[in-house]
Amino acid sequence: MSPHAWLLLGLYLAILLLLVKPFGSYIADVMEGRSVATRLGGGVEALIYRLCGIKREVEMAWLTYAFAILLFNVLGALAVYALQRLQFWLPGNPAAMLNVSPDSSFNTAISFSTNTNWQGYSGESTLSYLTQMLGLAVQNFFSAATGIVVVIALIRGFARHTAKTIGNAWVDLTRLTLYVLLPLSFVFAIFLVSQGAIQNFDGYQDVTTLENVRQTLPMGPVASQEAIKMLGTNGGGFFNANSAHPFENPTPLSNFVQMLAIFLIPGALCLSFGRMVGDTRQGWAVLAAMTLMFVVMALLAMHYEAQGNPLLGQLGVDMNAGNMEGKEMRFGVSDSGLFATITTLASCGAVNAMHDSFMPMGGFVPLANMMLGEVVFGGVGSGLYGMLVFAVMAVFIAGLMIGRTPEYLGKKIEAFEMKMVSIAILVTPILALAGTAVAVTAADGIAGVANPGAHGFSEILYAFTSAANNNGSAFAGLSANTPFYNVMTAIAMWFGRFGVIVPVLALAGALAAKKRIAVTAGTMPTHGPLFVTLLIGTVLLVGALNYVPALALGPVIEHLTLFAR
Amino acid sequence: MKELIRPAVSLFVLLSVVTGIAYPLLTTALVAPIFRDEAAGSLVVRDGRPVGSSLIGQNFAAPKYFWGRPSATAPQPYNAAASGGSNLGPLNPALAAAVKARVDALKTADPGNPLAIPADLVTASASGLDPHISPAAAHYQAARVAAARHLPEQTLNALIDAHTQDRQWGLFGEPRVNVLELNLALDELR
Repeated sequence: MSPHAWLLLGLYLAILLLLVKPFGSYIADVMEGRSVATRLGGGVEALIYRLCGIKREVEMAWLTYAFAILLFNVLGALAVYALQRLQFWLPGNPAAMLNVSPDSSFNTAISFSTNTNWQGYSGESTLSYLTQMLGLAVQNFFSAATGIVVVIALIRGFARHTAKTIGNAWVDLTRLTLYVLLPLSFVFAIFLVSQGAIQNFDGYQDVTTLENVRQTLPMGPVASQEAIKMLGTNGGGFFNANSAHPFENPTPLSNFVQMLAIFLIPGALCLSFGRMVGDTRQGWAVLAAMTLMFVVMALLAMHYEAQGNPLLGQLGVDMNAGNMEGKEMRFGVSDSGLFATITTLASCGAVNAMHDSFMPMGGFVPLANMMLGEVVFGGVGSGLYGMLVFAVMAVFIAGLMIGRTPEYLGKKIEAFEMKMVSIAILVTPILALAGTAVAVTAADGIAGVANPGAHGFSEILYAFTSAANNNGSAFAGLSANTPFYNVMTAIAMWFGRFGVIVPVLALAGALAAKKRIAVTAGTMPTHGPLFVTLLIGTVLLVGALNYVPALALGPVIEHLTLFAR
Repeated sequence: MKELIRPAVSLFVLLSVVTGIAYPLLTTALVAPIFRDEAAGSLVVRDGRPVGSSLIGQNFAAPKYFWGRPSATAPQPYNAAASGGSNLGPLNPALAAAVKARVDALKTADPGNPLAIPADLVTASASGLDPHISPAAAHYQAARVAAARHLPEQTLNALIDAHTQDRQWGLFGEPRVNVLELNLALDELR
């Protein structure tokens, strides 16, 4: 690793850790309705609730809360589907894009309403501006808000006792969108334009190049969509090349800030959690576990990408720059390796380099990151609720070892809670591995593979791991815009999202109803290094037990093949 | 649960208008006067007509121009309407074959070149539209361009140095040369 890579990682960590505390406090205050913003926006908020027939004082039990969230997201999927199927006849379509096919529209609708943002289509040659902004960008906001309100509900489950309700879903969604996501996106979008990201409603521009060839430059409202794409850990690009496209991510600085934007809210929410349960050390402990795993993964990715491909070295190419296939010159291997780690640990899935062309162990990192269950920072909200589920699992394992009833944050963990935790943890590996198994045995599945050998298997494994964990990045050589993959990945995305959200909300409801038990000498502290180690151990153990055989068949074999020569 | 339908639908519509219409329009209106060129795509105009964008690479094949990164876009390289990379895996024989063909092409174009070929000059970029090459990749081509233009090689190396951007703020990304801007400056030299 170069000194530049070390400096980059150090700087990234320093700035991120400076930002999470203030943003975490802000989000907690907004959600509890005692921030300056909620006071200033109170009038607008009240108007919205009156127009929508929402009674803000009436809180919901977990089942109602879950129904509200599901309903809101089903509406989102329907809207995205309808916009794609009708875009040719709607305004905001200067490039005259045709209506999208039913299976592709279905896949994209599910993809964006589940915060996955898997892209089966190619943005600049498929979607109208209206579909992008009113379909996809809106879902970028709503799916992000969904993830965050679910974790807020879970936190309330811990913070409250003997309570029947966990909050009002409409109020939570509205506050998050208005006071957190919109203002952050607005500022970020303006910054992106200052670096060269485009933001206009012009038609595609034809230019004649210096060698007298016609080049068609795509246009569109890119920066506004790009901002929420990163902040909401959505990751669905305006263009096919995503954050590798110079109009989405024009400079190394825009790249650095995009990386910060991905981890900002997932990191900040740890501190919101600490604040809302009345013990900030609890938040820092969870954040510490996440940060330690992140650093190891980032070092691995940057190291292997800097190595370069020995097969190309044999052709007399100077490999000093590292593995540059599928990378942009302005980013190079370090800024690309770090981005790949961040975007796959968080369930963002934006890419600034083509993961399919990473070195075998460089590509192992994004794949393994997703397999950890998107809980190391993870998606906005979904990362923290996933990690808290693992925390409950960790205290349960610790409780078994010392023979005491497990408890976390003053709540006794009993049979119902453990059932919900088990479902939440097992749903995504089952979807990912079963999906992969079906695809590698089906002719339609194998037909999509682009690279021969073990790498072809990795492409399929990556696709289903990404879909089930709602990441959305890809080993993009796989031809996934086929009815087979559109339907299969849509199933994985939908159940990978709501198959976790529903048990998490049930867990929230069950916890809220419990009495709080007092801290005694026998209580295991959940804020020290011991707990951090236990939490990391649980996450790694579950991930490893589920996925090691599959990883061995993919990137590990590939690595051994390459370096055994 | 029926009482959830009205709030769901009306909140969905209302917030869609705010985030899907008001927000992008407001952003566009605000940046238009401040960052006019950037928002419009950083277009480069020569003799009154646009010849490209300084952020989007172009295909250069003539010996008298510096060449950019290989581009994997279809059907032709540097197709800005269909961005994307090759997605070739590191062990795929097609990758080694493509790189070998590019190495051979560079050697044919400039047989006597003693410099090592930098990796970025023979590997496809992620977007297929990479506007930059490494300074080493530019210097590698200086002799060929000098011969084609009947210019001293030193002049070209000086021009490359003048167009080399360092890491942004000295911290981010990699040193690089914008190929379109370099070639435009080259045409100015005559």
